[in-house]
Amino acid sequence: MENLRLLFEAPLLPVQLLLDGVLIGAIFALAALGMSLVWGVMGIINVAQGELVMLGGYAAYFLYRAGVHPLFGVPLAALLLYLLGWALYRTLIFRVVDQDLFISILATFGLSILLQQLANAFFGADVRTAESGFGTLVLLGGALTISRIKLVAFAAAVVTGTALVLFLKTSRMGQAIRATSQNARAARVMGVDTDRVYARTFAINAAICGASGALVAMTWVVHPYLGLPYTIRSFMIVIIAGLGAVHAVLASAVALGIAENFAGFIFGAEYQAAFVFALLVGILVARRFWLARQRRYLA
Amino acid sequence: MKPLLGYGGLLAISLLLPLLAPAYQSQLAFLWVMVVLALTWDLLGGQMGYNSFGNIVFFGVGMYACAIVQRDAGLAYFPGLFIGMACGAAIAVAAAALLGAGILGLRGHYFAIATLGLGVAAGELASGWEFVGAGGGMVPPLFPGAVGGRERFFYYLCFAIAAITFPVLRWLYRGRFGLALNAIRDDEDKAEAMGLHTTRYKATAWCISALFLGLAGGAVGNLTGFIDPREVAFAGSTYGVWMVLMAILGGKGTLWGPVLGAVIFHLTKELFWTYLLGWQRVALGLLIVVIVIFFPLGILGWARQKWPERFGQRVEAA
Repeated sequence: MENLRLLFEAPLLPVQLLLDGVLIGAIFALAALGMSLVWGVMGIINVAQGELVMLGGYAAYFLYRAGVHPLFGVPLAALLLYLLGWALYRTLIFRVVDQDLFISILATFGLSILLQQLANAFFGADVRTAESGFGTLVLLGGALTISRIKLVAFAAAVVTGTALVLFLKTSRMGQAIRATSQNARAARVMGVDTDRVYARTFAINAAICGASGALVAMTWVVHPYLGLPYTIRSFMIVIIAGLGAVHAVLASAVALGIAENFAGFIFGAEYQAAFVFALLVGILVARRFWLARQRRYLA
Repeated sequence: MKPLLGYGGLLAISLLLPLLAPAYQSQLAFLWVMVVLALTWDLLGGQMGYNSFGNIVFFGVGMYACAIVQRDAGLAYFPGLFIGMACGAAIAVAAAALLGAGILGLRGHYFAIATLGLGVAAGELASGWEFVGAGGGMVPPLFPGAVGGRERFFYYLCFAIAAITFPVLRWLYRGRFGLALNAIRDDEDKAEAMGLHTTRYKATAWCISALFLGLAGGAVGNLTGFIDPREVAFAGSTYGVWMVLMAILGGKGTLWGPVLGAVIFHLTKELFWTYLLGWQRVALGLLIVVIVIFFPLGILGWARQKWPERFGQRVEAA
């Protein structure tokens, strides 16, 4: 509890943790946006979400090695992952869309192992990073430091979120996606090609994850096994935010980022992962009792 | 009379196996462990319709508890081992009851993801906890007997666990308990409306599952001879995944399916996996995807659909 005392003694330390938390929360928000989209439209919980983030990170890393500036690496990684997401839908995911929940959850669970192990086999287990070269921003005479890449990541997350909302609200495809999510059968009757809608939705999800992964690779590191925590975080965020509310996703992602930063500082970084998983279980159980009190848990 | 003969034959073969193939005793011991893992997963995943990715927690808890008793109780080897296994099983059951009170109220997706988090959290906690050796793991005491006696002993120990698990589950599935579990799988709200205390049944099922997993964990810790928090005890990427795969492969929701799946998977694994040269885990992921998508009923589920009358289901003439 040494660290806890430190928090109160150094007044700027909590501010630093808070700021960092807000900024990394934005990166979590991206993957969560994708998960909420796929969950809402296709009714699938994609357990392989974190693996898409991981692959986005590798895409950014290899682009960086090839001499592409990391900032261009983000849209390029998103594009590559868009194609991958589309391919995954056409080979696997379309088979589980209308199936019961156990099949989709087990299938994406298998997919997550497959992608994770393929990455391990091809890219090796080494930890890699794409150096952004942005340096850090020093405020208040060195009392506060913010790495600029986190600011970029925050901006990118906000831009992506806004773009997604605009796309869903205004474009033809966005309307089709919303119609499908409201009632797939009715949408089919009205002439929407739901299969194409699903393919697009899953590909867009993969692209968002790819962007998120590229930002992860620039902010921290990327390795084959980083997927699961991102899946878990996305899931938590979506549960708290509910489906289909972008600002709520952003808000709860930021809250998670802050909570995680403080927990990592107080308990030590080695328990940060354990904290995330324990928090998930805690949130789910709390949610269940809350729903039960409202007599809503049967629904 | 006929099934009795079949069971007797199986028992005889199992008891004689280590004498017939003494070189493969430890692999055969793992075969029985696999059977236990698949059977206990199917209790929830197949019979009750609750996919748990976190059953490995009880396996690891049993393993650690057993090793701690062996280390700290100051008993001789065999009393230490058996008391350790009993403690491991008891603590696993307690953990299941405690966790179950919160988690088993969750449905479907929520339960699956919560257990997924649970398994990893346990591994992370164990690898940060100094008392159990943190990331360095633990080493159970050495087997005192002669060379080769160790494998034979653990073969019979693992076989004994499997041989207790199977009839207990068979007995449970035949009675009211099995019907209750199937009712929960088919429609939990209706089951509850009919007056079943569904959460009580679910918690009991999880505790039974944890009991046998805890026992198996204690044995495996000693059989492996080394307890690593992430790779052996809370091995989400090996045992944790295998148990799901084996149960689905054999046919989830059937009594013999997990046994069959475990035998097929373990034999295939032991025979061919060395040829895969580091691609084993890739193959594992691929196998899960393919089986779940193209063969979700499993071997026995498929057979039951094809020849329902052989499985004691009457088919109405159309």
